[in-house]
Amino acid sequence: SNPFEVKVNRQKFDILGRKTKNDVGLPGVSRSKAIKKRNQTLLKEYKEREKTNVFKDKRFGEYNTKITPEEKMIRRFTLERQQNYGKKNIYNLNEDEELTHYGQSLAEIEKLNDIVDSDSDTEERGTLSAELTAAHFGGGGGLLRKKASSEQQDEEEEKPKSRKELIEEMIAKSKQEKQERQTRRESALELTEKLDKDWKEIQTLIARKTPKSERKDKEVEKPKPDEYDMIVRELGFEMKAKPSERLKTEEQLAKEEQARLQKLEADRLRRMHGIDEEANKKKPSHVSADDLADGFILDKDDRRLLSYKDGKINIENEEEKEGEEEEDEEGEEEDNENEEESQEDSESEDEEDDAADNHSDLESDLESEEEAAGNKEEKKHKANENESQNAEKLDPKREAAKSELPYTFAVPESYETFKSLLAGRTTEQQLIILERIQKCNHPSLAVGNKAKLEKLFGFLLEYIGELATLDLPELRTIDKLVLPLYNLCQMFPEAASDSIKFILRDAAHDLEEVIEVKGRATFPGLDTLIYLKIVSLLFPTSDFWHPVVTPAFMYMSQLLTKCRITTLQDVIKGLFICCLFLEYVSLSRRFVPELINFLLGVLHISLPKNKVQGYTVVHPFTPVGKNLELLLVCEKEDLKSWEKQNVPLSIVTRLKESSRTEINHTRLSCLALCFDLIKKCASLYESLPSFHEIMHPVRILLTQHVPVNEYPEKMQEWYHSALKELENKVKHYTPLICEKKKPVPLKQYTPKIVKVLDFGRKQAGSKKEQERKQLIQRHKRELKGAIREIRKDNQFLARMQLSEIMERDSARKRKVKELLGSLATQEGEWKAMKRKKWKN
Amino acid sequence: QLPTGLYKKVLVILHDSVLPYMNEPTLMMDFLTVAYGIGGAISLLALNGLFILIHQHNLEYPDFYKKLYSLLDPSIYHVKYRARFFHLTDLFLSSSHLPAYLVAAFIKRLARLALTAPPEALLMIIPFLCNLFRRHPACRVLVHRPGGPADMSEDPYIMEEEEPSKSRALESSLWEIQSLQSHYHPDVAKAAAVLNQSLSEMEDDISGLLELSAYELFDKEVKKKAADVPLEFEQVRGLFGKKNDIFAEHFSLD
Repeated sequence: SNPFEVKVNRQKFDILGRKTKNDVGLPGVSRSKAIKKRNQTLLKEYKEREKTNVFKDKRFGEYNTKITPEEKMIRRFTLERQQNYGKKNIYNLNEDEELTHYGQSLAEIEKLNDIVDSDSDTEERGTLSAELTAAHFGGGGGLLRKKASSEQQDEEEEKPKSRKELIEEMIAKSKQEKQERQTRRESALELTEKLDKDWKEIQTLIARKTPKSERKDKEVEKPKPDEYDMIVRELGFEMKAKPSERLKTEEQLAKEEQARLQKLEADRLRRMHGIDEEANKKKPSHVSADDLADGFILDKDDRRLLSYKDGKINIENEEEKEGEEEEDEEGEEEDNENEEESQEDSESEDEEDDAADNHSDLESDLESEEEAAGNKEEKKHKANENESQNAEKLDPKREAAKSELPYTFAVPESYETFKSLLAGRTTEQQLIILERIQKCNHPSLAVGNKAKLEKLFGFLLEYIGELATLDLPELRTIDKLVLPLYNLCQMFPEAASDSIKFILRDAAHDLEEVIEVKGRATFPGLDTLIYLKIVSLLFPTSDFWHPVVTPAFMYMSQLLTKCRITTLQDVIKGLFICCLFLEYVSLSRRFVPELINFLLGVLHISLPKNKVQGYTVVHPFTPVGKNLELLLVCEKEDLKSWEKQNVPLSIVTRLKESSRTEINHTRLSCLALCFDLIKKCASLYESLPSFHEIMHPVRILLTQHVPVNEYPEKMQEWYHSALKELENKVKHYTPLICEKKKPVPLKQYTPKIVKVLDFGRKQAGSKKEQERKQLIQRHKRELKGAIREIRKDNQFLARMQLSEIMERDSARKRKVKELLGSLATQEGEWKAMKRKKWKN
Repeated sequence: QLPTGLYKKVLVILHDSVLPYMNEPTLMMDFLTVAYGIGGAISLLALNGLFILIHQHNLEYPDFYKKLYSLLDPSIYHVKYRARFFHLTDLFLSSSHLPAYLVAAFIKRLARLALTAPPEALLMIIPFLCNLFRRHPACRVLVHRPGGPADMSEDPYIMEEEEPSKSRALESSLWEIQSLQSHYHPDVAKAAAVLNQSLSEMEDDISGLLELSAYELFDKEVKKKAADVPLEFEQVRGLFGKKNDIFAEHFSLD
């Protein structure tokens, strides 16, 4: 356009690739545009600033430029018609009623008049017809008219009709019409009635075909509802059964279970290799095996809670725990459940009769629960023999004993109360008590229950320890108590791990103290061994690192290396720990040097004192000195009479009572155990690259020193199987090669390419940071723009106000001038008049 | 000739309570060499005094390293004076002028003995060996032998050989450390895995690890905080109720 209106923003430097929006500006154009816009918006607002009423133009399409005027009109017209359509005259109350005058319809009269008019029009146009005048005005020239009419009568018969006649005729006509109409209606009615009658006749004919008799015609009209119909109706009204989860078949259940186990196993493997150590740190809330197991167990618990009143379902759950494949059979069991329940009910009723005075307020619910508890025990006993046997006769004596137990238990606050609760009870009763405590104090029932149950875990653990330290350790009881322990652990993993860690720490601390004071340590009691075993039951021992298992490993390692072996009990305890080690690493196949050392030492003390050749025993065993030959058996008869038997754990606390033969037998059993452990170690560690070096001393001892031929045959079997496992491993060595280091890339001088988001800004920070900066930048720019706009608006308004004031002022000036002018002329005229007068 | 207990007591304090105050420490030479020759713990203790004599008083001890080599037996990882012994061994082996075969023999023997060591000793010995590799790059063939024979039926290293030069240690590889990579203690396994990669230039400081005790290790593990506690998913069925439970085979609950 006009080169004088163009403003060029000169660039200091030309930069390649940069797109510039604002190199040329048109200030004049943009200013005029802005002013125009303000005139349309701001000015309007300003002018209407003190006006509250608004003019609204609601004409159709008034401001729509797209519609042509003709079309607009047409549309408006149709709209109007549409609005009026269907609208009735509000004063027309009842349309059907005709307005009458002298009993005649006004409309009729008008019509007739018109007809008359048209008739008369033909003859005498422009003048009123005689009849018409006569009809309307009457009187007047009646005679004249009569004459005329008589004259006309001759010519035309119809013409001379008088007004009266006309009216009469009309009335007659209308009456006729009316009558006709009535007759027509009546005939129609008659016809329909007739038709109805005919139909009824036919209907009876049709109805006769059904077995119902004719007489019952009336009843047929209201037929007795058919059963089928009723059912159909009912089904129609009935709540539609909502699609629930399909009952799973056994296969599916098995498959699901398998999938779950596979997932858990995969998790375990991952932890075993320690892969997720870093990953774990990044996202601590990963779903690990425990989570799943947790939910699973909690579900189970909830279910038990729901079925609390029922009792029977409890048994189902218990049985699930008991049997392995139970879950597969669940479907069947559920089928049986109903039957069982009914049986249960009847039984419980009987029970109530028997012990009617038992408990007043709790009664039936508890009764059935008690029933369930009793039944459950029965089942536990019989489950092994025959699981399918569901309904059983209850032992009345036991039932009576059961009924002594209270039904609700508070969680004991201290260990003493807990102990007194369980004191004097049988194992089964203790289990029931524990279960009831758990049920009554389920975490979902009250807020504080979680902490209470967490405490319960500690108490139970302590109780187990106490049972194990008795002179006659109640290991059978412990065996059963492990179940509630496991359940509690699944519910509260953190608390369980804390309390077990606490016990381990105490034990390790004691050990350390003894070492410091005496310089040597002794094996701990049976309770600690049981605790270590429980650790392997509650926690996965194959993990690369585990908060409980790893300290347990450390503790066991200390036991095997630090504790002196002075008695046969020590040997048994040591072998127990060896078994624990083997069990701990059975899945992960981790290498435990202490284990091999200890087994070697045990073999060593089974030999007669002689010079050690080819192998060295390490701490705590000594090649020479006392405490050797602990496992050496010299008596030939004892050797012969020996049978491999399981070592009873209680031997750890009371060995002295047994006879020499028994002791010898125990020694031999230990030796057999040692051989078996060596065999297991050999199969476990065969994949280690230095397997032969690890097993070298053991092999030498086995092949060169052990007096095989003196052993009984059974022992020789153990020996040979162990040796075979050791020998038949191929020696296989591949030279080590370091993992290749990743080559460090050479420094290169190619430019680093960074995405340019905004010119003239530092391109630092991550993408997110950059985005944030960009947003801040944009916000700043927008803010500046808005401020500028507001300023310009204000300027515009000020300008408008100024111009208004100027206009007002100028108008006033003009008016004043006008007034003054008129006054001046008036004055001038007056003066001129005066002068004239003066002259005159 | 002294009784063993007294011998030990004397030797423990000899290096810092007796030798510095003697006018002629060399007088103790005979006593120490005899003690060194006795073997076992006494030899280990005599080493300290002997070191002072060699270091400050120009004692020349023939076949010193051979003697030191023969001192290495499984008990070194279990005895009370472990820290002192390894401190001195570290000193003796820090010279870069030692022949590669000697260092390799030491490395191999220490590694072989480590197969019977408790975790606290393993945590010390693995960085110790790494340091030896750093000082003596010629020994790195023990962990990295790219052109070697693909498969061997026997470890070339001869454990029973008393003479380090004849032990064929340089022809062997450190399979022992590879075995320790599957040690049950996570830290040991991690430390052993370091030898898979090529070593960094900086030596590890093992002075803090020398005195490590089993109880300290245990305490460290117990005090570790865990975000979550993985649980056993196999349902418990009694104390010895696991699948293929070893206990059920050999122990009874009576």
